Amino acid sequence: MTDFLSPPEWQAVILSLRVSFWAMLLSLPLGIFVAYALARWDFWGKQILNGLVHLPLILPPVVTGYLLLMTFGRQGTLGKFLEDWFGIVLAFRWTGAALAAAVMAFPLMVRAIRLSLEAVDPKLEEAAETLGASRPWVLATVTLPLILPGVIAGAILAFAKAMGEFGATITFVANIPGQTQTLPSAIYAFLQVPGGDDDAFRLVAISIAVAMAALILSEWVSRAVAKRISGR
Amino acid sequence: MTMEVDLAHRFGDFSLDLAFAAPPGVTALFGRSGAGKTSVVNAIAGLLHPDSGRICIDGSVLLDTAKNIAIPTYKRRVGYVFQEGRLFPHLTVRQNIAYGRWFAGHRGTSDTTRIIDLMGIGAVLDRRPGTLSGGEKQRVALARAILSQPRMLLMDEPLSALDDARKSEVLPYLERLRDETRLPILYVSHSAAEIARLATTIVLIDHGRIVMAGPAAEILSDPAAGATFGPRETGAILTARVAAHDADGLSRLDAAAGPLWLPKVAAMVGDTLRIRILAQDVMLALDRPKAISALNVLPCVVREVRADDGPSVLVQLTSASDTILARVTRRSADALALAPGLKVHAVIKAVSVARDDPGQQRATR
Repeated sequence: MTDFLSPPEWQAVILSLRVSFWAMLLSLPLGIFVAYALARWDFWGKQILNGLVHLPLILPPVVTGYLLLMTFGRQGTLGKFLEDWFGIVLAFRWTGAALAAAVMAFPLMVRAIRLSLEAVDPKLEEAAETLGASRPWVLATVTLPLILPGVIAGAILAFAKAMGEFGATITFVANIPGQTQTLPSAIYAFLQVPGGDDDAFRLVAISIAVAMAALILSEWVSRAVAKRISGR
Repeated sequence: MTMEVDLAHRFGDFSLDLAFAAPPGVTALFGRSGAGKTSVVNAIAGLLHPDSGRICIDGSVLLDTAKNIAIPTYKRRVGYVFQEGRLFPHLTVRQNIAYGRWFAGHRGTSDTTRIIDLMGIGAVLDRRPGTLSGGEKQRVALARAILSQPRMLLMDEPLSALDDARKSEVLPYLERLRDETRLPILYVSHSAAEIARLATTIVLIDHGRIVMAGPAAEILSDPAAGATFGPRETGAILTARVAAHDADGLSRLDAAAGPLWLPKVAAMVGDTLRIRILAQDVMLALDRPKAISALNVLPCVVREVRADDGPSVLVQLTSASDTILARVTRRSADALALAPGLKVHAVIKAVSVARDDPGQQRATR
């Protein structure tokens, strides 16, 4: 395996996996919360929130990346605040790549969770309340277990999307080998040099393999969980 | 324990405005679809917030809009058995019935075995709801509601999603529940047969208003309630003790009115049964008929003759302390000159008495 990939290529693969993993994990609680708010609550500005969540899906990724740079860059309002108070720097670091990937994958995650939430019969939640469960308990013991397939599907989808994120990432954190050069950025770099096609191809194959594996895994896990909670 | 309910609520052009009390035993809310029965139950459970009202169980207030009190559902301790069971699909039967008990703080843990036996679900504890039959699901739902240690049970048409065979499978469990626990039960139904079998008190509802309310035997034998039950379902109930099982396949039951013969009932000699006699199955004769195939002839006195819109009249009869209803045509009523005080004989075919399964009732009540 190490012969198949050169150390820098290997680095890009590992970095992509790391970025995608953290992007998925950290956006999951917020994704569930936002999906719940959109599916269940009526509040002022619901359509605005819905629009904001979906914006990265339709904006040119370079615009999302630029907006992230403006906000979270070292001169950006939030970026400055994070650096001054917590010493966290996102711009041109792998953490920034994770943020960009999370933002880009967020709509897919929220959609998957929201769909499964809308499929939960509120009558089951009412039944739980009559049995003495307060709202937070209903959420923990009835709602969350029932939407688990959607949460898993959303998480894996977000992971796969994060693996493939390119536009916003390269705009926000650039393409620094070993720092912010993810799999797609590495492919892009290879294609910029003459004769790089062969190198690019190996990474393309890995990309396809990871994406397919993620999709199949997501299908399989959701189906297994769905079977478990279908009551059979 | 007694529950008092007083509610007013408007939804669109439908309004609910009623007050009643539910004493211990089964209080049946009876009315056609859309009469407002489910809204009443949901308001008691706290799933519906009425415009105004007051609900209390034994002096403990669940809702009092005048004082701005509305206890949230999860603190009301009312066990709710829904029409569709609403078992949690991701939990096993054992976990389902443990759910409410856990939130009740394990009060009365020793009850679990007894309730599992009472509902006959010991064999399905490790299965998931998706693999249960409709009747089993409802029995699990009953056990789950009872084990949440409620102060009152609410049942919203718990049998209406079941076919007749499943219904007769669950009904005996409901009777045992009524007789073996001290919980007041509010039972919503649009089946006259079900409430005739189960109810101790009946509240008739129509268009969000109470038409009539009182002890079951009184309401069922009141000709004025005939319009609500409908011509085919009107019928009084008698309480009778099984006296003997005869060799030719009949059972003799002793009611206050006299002996009744029924096709063999599945009860022991000495058991007390509740039998429903449909008004349309009772014939009237001025003299005691001789040479007639009907086995049951009860001497009665006419108490009331009530005409309704159709070609028939409802006749209320008393025989000793029992009351029965008969539906006869206006023409026959005129021909016999039926009037209060007249002595007649009620003729009831043995087979029609047993049309519904006779209900079991503990002799202690």
